[in-house]
Amino acid sequence: MNTFRPLCLFLLAAAISCISISCNKHEASSGSGSKVVGFSQEDEESDWRTAESQSIKSEAQNRHIDLRFADAQEDQEKQIKAIRAFIAQRVNAIILAPRVETGWDQVLREAKNAKIPVVLVDRGVSAPEDLYVTLIASDFVEEGHRAADWLAKHTNGKARIVELQGTAGSAPAIDRHKGFADELAKYPDMKILASQDGDFQVSKGKEVMAAFLKSVGKENITAVYAHNDNMALGAIQAIQEAGLTPGKDIMVVSIDGIHAALQAILDGTINCVVECNPLLGPQAFDAIDDTLAGKTIPKRTVQKDELFDKSNLTPELLAKRKY
Amino acid sequence: MSSQAVLESASTAPKRGADFGRLHLWGKLLWPALALAILLAIDGICIRGFFSVSIVQGRLTGTLVDIFRYGAPVMVLSVGMTFVLATGGVDLSVGAIMALAGAIAAKAAMPTSLNGMGISPGSGIAIALLVSVLAGMWNGMSVAWLGMQPIVATLVLMVAGRGIARLCIGAANVPLSGTIWTALHNPHLTLPMAPIIVLIVAVVAGLLTRVTSIGLFVEALGGNPVASRYAGVRVGLITFMVYVFCGLCAGIAGIISSADVMIANASSTGMYMELDAILAVVIGGTALTGGRFSLVGSLIGALLIQTLQTTLIYKVPIQQTLVIKAVVVLAVCLLQSAEFRRKSLAVCARLGLSRTRKAAAQVAS
Repeated sequence: MNTFRPLCLFLLAAAISCISISCNKHEASSGSGSKVVGFSQEDEESDWRTAESQSIKSEAQNRHIDLRFADAQEDQEKQIKAIRAFIAQRVNAIILAPRVETGWDQVLREAKNAKIPVVLVDRGVSAPEDLYVTLIASDFVEEGHRAADWLAKHTNGKARIVELQGTAGSAPAIDRHKGFADELAKYPDMKILASQDGDFQVSKGKEVMAAFLKSVGKENITAVYAHNDNMALGAIQAIQEAGLTPGKDIMVVSIDGIHAALQAILDGTINCVVECNPLLGPQAFDAIDDTLAGKTIPKRTVQKDELFDKSNLTPELLAKRKY
Repeated sequence: MSSQAVLESASTAPKRGADFGRLHLWGKLLWPALALAILLAIDGICIRGFFSVSIVQGRLTGTLVDIFRYGAPVMVLSVGMTFVLATGGVDLSVGAIMALAGAIAAKAAMPTSLNGMGISPGSGIAIALLVSVLAGMWNGMSVAWLGMQPIVATLVLMVAGRGIARLCIGAANVPLSGTIWTALHNPHLTLPMAPIIVLIVAVVAGLLTRVTSIGLFVEALGGNPVASRYAGVRVGLITFMVYVFCGLCAGIAGIISSADVMIANASSTGMYMELDAILAVVIGGTALTGGRFSLVGSLIGALLIQTLQTTLIYKVPIQQTLVIKAVVVLAVCLLQSAEFRRKSLAVCARLGLSRTRKAAAQVAS
């Protein structure tokens, strides 16, 4: 009896995996007429990332490409397994939105050996460049640059800034800080008074901003630089609760371009949003088409990002946006 | 003789033993309270205006108020978690249940045109709390009657809960509105609402444990489940109820933290808060192995964590915050360990002894 139960479970598991394997085979053969592309998304934890997936899915539909989608739910191990599955299914190309920078060499080499091109989207990896076709992403350092630039222009180079950083150690947090700080070095009267981790969250952004308003002093702060819109939205609430007017008493600059933040520009509570465009689908499939046609393309494709403030954002423009 | 009488006579039979037990509990409370007092003292000295409180726009503001306000979700969680740990279990799903409660409340109040249920925000919150209780029942059933290990049983909802929350409202921020949310968001008589709710939850839990015999049963169960069963305690039922209450607390925490920013978010609400809650309870003197528990201790533990968090934002550069946090937590946990205190005292004594010996030798020569 004791050995019987595990045996039953094992047989059941084996049966299920057989069925799923045969399903996969069936899918692959049915899509043999058109191109098959596998897409491994690291997670869909934010509207930004959902918009990215959506862009890739709809572009695949437009081009009549059979897209295999795998959501890894914040797990690199699952992403690697998904890529191995794509290789086994002999897809024509793979799109990868990597969770972290390291640990990809082995699986990328397996793809290369199987002659399947891999296109990286939105984040880079620290693997040899010959293992992937290209990286299509926004330049986080450049985003920080532009945020600092805008602030310098609209404050005549005089600002006392507090910074809400993204999750400690994440690539966007490191680069957005670096780009901002580098640009600020040109302006002697612009200083970052305090800088803390807000974890890219609304509630954390609010909590940290509330603390800044007391530790730095609300009369000393003239601007907030948030690494993403969510933290800026939290900071706005903290500023209002302290009896100040966000956008006027304290300027708010952030990065991403989600709908609520752009609405806040129209409402006057956020001054400037540097866009980090998630609609990478068209460029990703262009890169795949070019590679399969035998063309060589540059290793880095920079996504074109907008900058929004009161001068160029209209309600009509906001209504037209896809995310 | 009823089971309660048996247990009570067992725990109070030698009167001195009972007194010692109480003393022991106060001794446990002493260390977290001392750590909190030291931290507050350091803050008071190093940070100008740390204790100052003022009223801005009809709202009591100040660093201490912030600590109570932003620490409220973990405080509510720690009340529920205390009972779970006291039975020797653990509940990893509370963070996910927080997200689920916020998501359900938001989904219920969304108009039907946006795939919501279009009912009033108040009923939405009621449904959210009901779902939290159901989640607690699921955990309780898995542990109490299906015999699963608590850490695995609650891991299921820790993963699935957030998934269900995302199915409800997606990954985007959902703004909350309606009189009940504003009432939860705005201060009352200048006092922030969240700490008031913490107070209510804590008082209800305290009364439940000390006026009724539930507290006694929980401690008995955590101390020795087999003996408790022989004494007539309905072990299964008590275990089940403990997880249900923990689920309800998690739901309340989820509503508090969503109301604070007037936004429901399936991804970020309650992220990693289960760990803070467990830490708060352990700092408060309740052992992970179960047995005697202290609600006051858990609340002090939660306050300690939030005070530390605030101190770090105020004073410590961003690169060092995580390390300093780890060091302080380690120090508090070491202070609390009787074993560590005994050994360090022994080491001190030995050092002192060898020094006096050396001095004696020098005098002799």
